[in-house]
Amino acid sequence: MGAVRELLRNNARQYGMLMALVVIAVLFGVLTQGLLLQPANINNLIMQNGYILILAIGMMLVIITGHIDLSVGSVAAFVGATSAVLMTGTGLPPYVVVVLALLLGGLIGAWQGFWVAYVRIPAFIVTLAGMLLFRGLTMILLGGETVAPLPASFRAIGSGFVPDVVVELPYTIWLLGITFDELHVFALLFGAVASALVVLGQLLGRRRLRRHGLSVGSRPWFIVKLVVLVAVLNAFTFMLAVHNGVPVIGVVLVVLIVGYSFVMNRMTIGRRVYAVGGNEKAAMLSGVRTKPTTFWVFVNMGVLSALAGLVFAARLNAATPRAGNLFELDAIAAAFIGGASATGGVGTVVGAVIGAMVMGLMNNGMSIIGLGVDWQQAIKGLVLLVAVAFDIFNKNRVRASRTAAAAASDGSGGTGADPVPAAGANGSAAEREPDPPPGTARTGGTGAVAGSG
Amino acid sequence: MGDTILEMRGITKAFPGVVALGGVDLRVRRGEIHALVGENGAGKSTLMNVLSGVYPHGSYGGDILVDGRVRAFRSVRDSEAAGIAIIHQELALVPQLSIAENIMLGNERTSWGVIDLDHTTRRARELLAEVGLAEDPGAPVAALSVGRQQLVEIAKALAKDVRLLILDEPTSALNETDSAKLLRLLRELRGQGITCIMISHKLNEIIEIADTITVLRDGRTIETLDPESGAVTEDRIISGMVGRDLDHRFPDRVPEIGETFFEVRDWTVDHPTQADRRVVDGVGLHVRRGEIVGLAGLMGAGRTEFAMSVFGRSYGRFAGGTVIKDGREIRTRHVGEAIANGIAYVPEDRKELGLILDDDIRRNLTLAGLERISARAVIDRGGEVVRAEDLRRRLRVKSRSVLQTTGELSGGNQQKVVLGKWMFSEPDLLILDEPTRGIDVGAKYEIYQIVHRLTAQGKGVLLISSELPELLGMCDRIYTMAQGRVTGELPRAEADQEALMKLMTTTTKTRG
Repeated sequence: MGAVRELLRNNARQYGMLMALVVIAVLFGVLTQGLLLQPANINNLIMQNGYILILAIGMMLVIITGHIDLSVGSVAAFVGATSAVLMTGTGLPPYVVVVLALLLGGLIGAWQGFWVAYVRIPAFIVTLAGMLLFRGLTMILLGGETVAPLPASFRAIGSGFVPDVVVELPYTIWLLGITFDELHVFALLFGAVASALVVLGQLLGRRRLRRHGLSVGSRPWFIVKLVVLVAVLNAFTFMLAVHNGVPVIGVVLVVLIVGYSFVMNRMTIGRRVYAVGGNEKAAMLSGVRTKPTTFWVFVNMGVLSALAGLVFAARLNAATPRAGNLFELDAIAAAFIGGASATGGVGTVVGAVIGAMVMGLMNNGMSIIGLGVDWQQAIKGLVLLVAVAFDIFNKNRVRASRTAAAAASDGSGGTGADPVPAAGANGSAAEREPDPPPGTARTGGTGAVAGSG
Repeated sequence: MGDTILEMRGITKAFPGVVALGGVDLRVRRGEIHALVGENGAGKSTLMNVLSGVYPHGSYGGDILVDGRVRAFRSVRDSEAAGIAIIHQELALVPQLSIAENIMLGNERTSWGVIDLDHTTRRARELLAEVGLAEDPGAPVAALSVGRQQLVEIAKALAKDVRLLILDEPTSALNETDSAKLLRLLRELRGQGITCIMISHKLNEIIEIADTITVLRDGRTIETLDPESGAVTEDRIISGMVGRDLDHRFPDRVPEIGETFFEVRDWTVDHPTQADRRVVDGVGLHVRRGEIVGLAGLMGAGRTEFAMSVFGRSYGRFAGGTVIKDGREIRTRHVGEAIANGIAYVPEDRKELGLILDDDIRRNLTLAGLERISARAVIDRGGEVVRAEDLRRRLRVKSRSVLQTTGELSGGNQQKVVLGKWMFSEPDLLILDEPTRGIDVGAKYEIYQIVHRLTAQGKGVLLISSELPELLGMCDRIYTMAQGRVTGELPRAEADQEALMKLMTTTTKTRG
């Protein structure tokens, strides 16, 4: 009994947001009378909200380094507008324009990264300036007009589908109010291959942990987890298979998610990004080149903002002066819902994905049931607050129980160990002054080195 | 003097899963300085938090009697009303507010909610005079040194008409001069009838100042000592604290010293923001293989600044100097270059500069040597865990596994992780900056052993410490610094506290 409770408590943080995602999906599934989870809408969901996911990944990295980027919406609009003008004005082929657009995004990111990393102006200020600057430039460039339509091959980024082998079903099947009359083979294959990779990865990871004598979850729990994962994955690709197949943007998203997860979890550069955000001075004194790291995180954000701008313009088949309005807030909210910490050093790419899905589901679901933008904004604001409050509440609880456990396990050892001050100091600090996060509350301390950074 | 101001009887306090206090008795006479000693984890701070109402009545067992009456403090406010004030190790001043505002904070005299500024300034000035601090009450606290901030804290306590003042490690962040000043002030306060409970790891100070010493161990009162009897020595107190006789506070070592392999010449550094302020001025020193070289100096002598500057110019503006290793000049223009050239620096402030507290032990251990566990920038996470676990075991870091967050560890274990991080990068020269500050006797001993093992492997160690007994106990050779210059070099045989102190203060008079 205790083990189950322990398991749930330790994983609450990890699975909490995932559960929230499921709850939101079910809630809107019911509210929209099943429309939300119709195959046609699943495609919509991906295509309409892909930009949030792209931005959320970049924003997660920015927030992990302890900064923020308010300019992503304006940058997306500016890059989208520039690309549209280039395509319609000069007739450059779309693939050239896409490359140029991503370069432009990188340049903009470098501009902002320079001020943040090397001049050390707070990112809030730099990107607030960027938000105004690039919105203004967008309007100047477009002269208040909308540029449309855009070339068809460009539009495919936002609304195209991966070429597929389509099998017409001999007869139409009705199931759960969903109509099936065709199957896209590639989409199904995609699901199968992804499932196999996921299972293999999980099994290898588990074996590795065990080989190093680290604790792994119980076997039944692990199997349940795998089955659920595979089921959800295949249900998802099946939905795609019975409608138009895999959207191009979907492939882009998968590549981004897998690629960034790998970089952040497995590569030294990812480790260094976390280190800079966790404690910049300690990272610097460990040989991490903190300024270039911060700089490149902003360059990366610029490139992803550009990509988001392209996707959005392609989907809309137009570049408008007001494109990308409030994108930054969706992206920031997604990152925080996905478990980022405002003090930096904490957050995962998968968290950003979950956060973006929460935001996307809410956008989509609320639109279907016909809520106005006014209500949508109010509700999204509340969800953000509740999600982060839940996370903080949860973290405090886990920390308290862990400290006690550590103390108990140390105490039996007897000699020089030092369990009590940890518990005592944390406890008293929490009771005396709840606001400052641990580690930042020190006044004075060892003054000699304080100013040296 | 025979009159008892405070009695704590059979105090117990448990946290989920651990008993912090298992029945502590404490009796404090009116007008005395009562020292409370014990290893980290003995329960000193917990006991003081019980006394001051941080842990409210009902959350602990036993009785607190003040002036012979049983008291039930529900909050810090209650205990303050009874004349008890606690000054925590980490000061609770608001840096942006002025000295006067800080002193009167929470205790302002107001009329209709408006603060009486005249009264605030006047009262603050009186109190500052009382603690011997000649500062403008309108100056912001942030501009003061740690030692002066401590005095402001005491003035703040006095403003509340304190009768029983509790100080938690008051001198741990202070240099010798400021410490002496603080101890003198405590004596003066005693003369005015204010009782003092002082928690400290600095046993020499305690013997010097305390009227009574109570030793705690594992949440229990072990003994009460009377220094005036003359029989109380540091070793006597330590044996009470650790529960065993400690003949040697420093492990034995037979130095095997090789040839000089590391040398710094004419190292000069300017202050990072003040244009013509020279912080390190032409420092030269050398280290031999297998040697522990000490660097003694008062606060502000430039030791840390010198070390950080050599270590990849991570302090101030470089103004000249060369580093020679194994006979050829090496460059240390940034930390990465210093690490690549086999230099490591264990910083003074492990929480601010040494660790990423949110990260686990493994990630902290490998951060400075990621390329050792990665190929083409991809980390071998299996190998990483194995090597981190190996280090953890060798360093005897007390934790559940290498995946435990470092923020949850005790100070001594955190320090071992920082040391481990630099052992992982396999340096030839280790610069240790105050490696045992604020950690208990047992962990200190283990850290000394680790340092000895490193020198036995032929590495050189440069040890910066403000505790002269530590330098004398550990080092083969000691340099002294004052005002950014090397003022002396003594082999171990010729060094003692007086000689070092004389060299450390040789030029301080010229600057006041």
